[in-house]
Amino acid sequence: MTEVLDFKPAVTQAQDVLTIRDLKAYYVNDMFGVRREVRAVDGISLTVRRNEVYGIAGESSSGKTSLIKTLAGAIRPPMRVVDGSVNFSFGDTHIDVYAEPEKMKAARWQNLSYIMQGSMSVLNPVRRIKHAFNDFAFRHMGLDRRAFRQRVESHLQKLGLDPNVLEAFPHQLSGGMRQRVTIALATVCEPEFIIADEPTTALDVLVQQDVLGLLKEVQARLGSSVVFVTHDMSVHAAITDRLAIMYAGRLAEEGPTQAMFDNPQHPYTAHLIASLPRIGDVSTRKSLAGKPPSLANPPSGCRFHPRCPIAIDRCSKEVPEMLPSAIGGRVACFRAGEVAVK
Amino acid sequence: MSKLLELDHVTKLYPVGGLFSRQSIKAVNDVSFSLDADKPEIFAIVGESGSGKSTMAKMMLGNEVPNSGRLVFDGTDISTIRNRSQREAFMARVQPVFQNPFEAFNPLTRVDAYLFGTAHRFAGANNQAEKERVCDEALQRVGLSMAEIKGRFSHELSGGQLQRVAVARALIPSPKLIVADEPVSMVDASLRMSIVNLFRSLRDELKVSIIYITHDLATAYYISDRVIIMQKGVVIESGDARAVLDNPTHPYSIALKNAVLPPDPRAASAAIRLRSAAAAG
Ligand SMILES: Nc1ncnc2c1ncn2[C@@H]1O[C@H](COP(=O)(O)OP(=O)(O)OP(=O)(O)O)[C@@H](O)[C@H]1O
Ligand SMILES: Nc1ncnc2c1ncn2[C@@H]1O[C@H](COP(=O)(O)OP(=O)(O)OP(=O)(O)O)[C@@H](O)[C@H]1O
Ligand code: SF4
Ligand SMILES: [Mg+2]
Ligand SMILES: [Mg+2]
Repeated sequence: MTEVLDFKPAVTQAQDVLTIRDLKAYYVNDMFGVRREVRAVDGISLTVRRNEVYGIAGESSSGKTSLIKTLAGAIRPPMRVVDGSVNFSFGDTHIDVYAEPEKMKAARWQNLSYIMQGSMSVLNPVRRIKHAFNDFAFRHMGLDRRAFRQRVESHLQKLGLDPNVLEAFPHQLSGGMRQRVTIALATVCEPEFIIADEPTTALDVLVQQDVLGLLKEVQARLGSSVVFVTHDMSVHAAITDRLAIMYAGRLAEEGPTQAMFDNPQHPYTAHLIASLPRIGDVSTRKSLAGKPPSLANPPSGCRFHPRCPIAIDRCSKEVPEMLPSAIGGRVACFRAGEVAVK
Repeated sequence: MSKLLELDHVTKLYPVGGLFSRQSIKAVNDVSFSLDADKPEIFAIVGESGSGKSTMAKMMLGNEVPNSGRLVFDGTDISTIRNRSQREAFMARVQPVFQNPFEAFNPLTRVDAYLFGTAHRFAGANNQAEKERVCDEALQRVGLSMAEIKGRFSHELSGGQLQRVAVARALIPSPKLIVADEPVSMVDASLRMSIVNLFRSLRDELKVSIIYITHDLATAYYISDRVIIMQKGVVIESGDARAVLDNPTHPYSIALKNAVLPPDPRAASAAIRLRSAAAAG
């Protein structure tokens, strides 16, 4: 298993900060007397290293949010981890997330921050923004009040926000301003591990560049790790070092971002890259035929087979394993490398 | 020619700073445009985060009142809509898709309750079977189904699913105008195309006009008839969507167009580095 996961370049002594092994996390519901399992994370193994931005892409409802909730230890019923493990290593601290929940709780404030999808909705509506900073960031930063305020203000400015927003209530800010506030909250104390779920959906492209630049800067300064989830492939192009493609609760492919764009090995990756919209293009782009599969009743064999343009008989019967790919990553496809993007 | 929607020198102020501050900002500053009643169109509003796009949407829906200027829908000044029956009649013809679906749905209410409520009030669905049929039809158009949604709360759906439910809900009353504030921000490129293509067929087949607020210049270009570009409450550029986006003339519009991330890692990461370096001075 290790040699499959291990293809790191020899230049850096990369350390694994996060190791996920054969993780399965299901939503288990009893609805109308029927037990229903949504297998949103279904056998995923991956590692995230120190000093890298690790991207997770995939279509709507493929399980991206479910996966990162599970790795952040932020799950609640009806979600259940049914198999596998999640381990963090922060320096000398090693945490087995689902074996040692108390240890994880402590780490969540010390080492890890998690920007949830749509998190601008979690800001307390009756409190001014500055209180959120005082509550969440102040005690982790070891600064006096004045220095803290200065740090927060300059951080906000890098995100194109006027320091006046600190005095505002959440409803007085636009959607994109609120989204930037939550990014500022999660990054101002420069955590070792940042998890961001669709953090730039409400931003214009100029501000989006500022936000990505700031994340990259915070990450690079401390050599931290970022797990960045978005459906937007051009954002992955801009910021991630390695990229994982999720399809129906599983990984389809993972590898160095540039190589995946240049030479995708999995037909679904090739589709995602080819379908990137370009301004000035008015031709009707082909959507992928068919609907995203149901995770309560996923297709047999390779889950992509009903929509795959190059599927063969075997694909509906056997599950392709994640194996080393020709571009220094891993891929789960019987015909890996047989598609070229054009 | 009669107008479906007309904005006539609309300005909206908000107080800034503390409760007792006299300062205010012009969230929307003297905006005028109109949509013709017999020429349905997709009208895109793009621009800076915080430039007043959602504020304008709220005024079109009668949820905010302008400080000056008028918004007229099909001959009626929107600010005069007061009582419940006027409001219902208005909502049957003008439907919203709100910006952040995580905020738009109450976490304690099942998502289908919103759909059933809309089907009952605006589509005359009186029994459960009829409601489910009407809702399923709308959900199918956005790639979902009643079976996937039934009984679920908003936190039990993915971001893109929830956003599509919001779009489906707006379709149920068969409105004349849909005011869609970032309706596809959380869906992937493939689904995004199918939803904007849905907008296009609503326009062409059902004569629905759509206000399409978006940060996605590629789809704005692809489906819109006209576009306005906003910055700090002001419309800085407007006109035929393709003409404006092909050849923007205002410095902000040009910067915006040039900032669209290229779909290639080398070029895209270079763009980010360049902008950070410029900001650092
Ligand atoms: N509490 C829950 N109970 C049952 N099913 C759930 C629950 N939460 C999420 N799901 C389902 O799990 C699947 C995966 O959802 P998830 O939020 O992980 O997708 P995603 O990849 O993040 O999608 P998006 O890009 O749209 O946000 C979806 O089908 C969703 O409906
Ligand atoms: N209720 C309010 N009270 C005070 N100020 C407000 C209120 N609503 C909006 N504003 C301010 O009005 C301006 C415009 O906000 P608006 O939400 O219309 O922007 P937007 O163009 O939709 O931005 P985004 O793209 O980020 O959603 C912002 O400066 C915002 O802070
Ligand atoms: S395994 Fe078969 S169905 Fe799956 S992606 Fe590869 S070729 Fe397509
Ligand atoms: Mg999600
Ligand atoms: Mg807005």
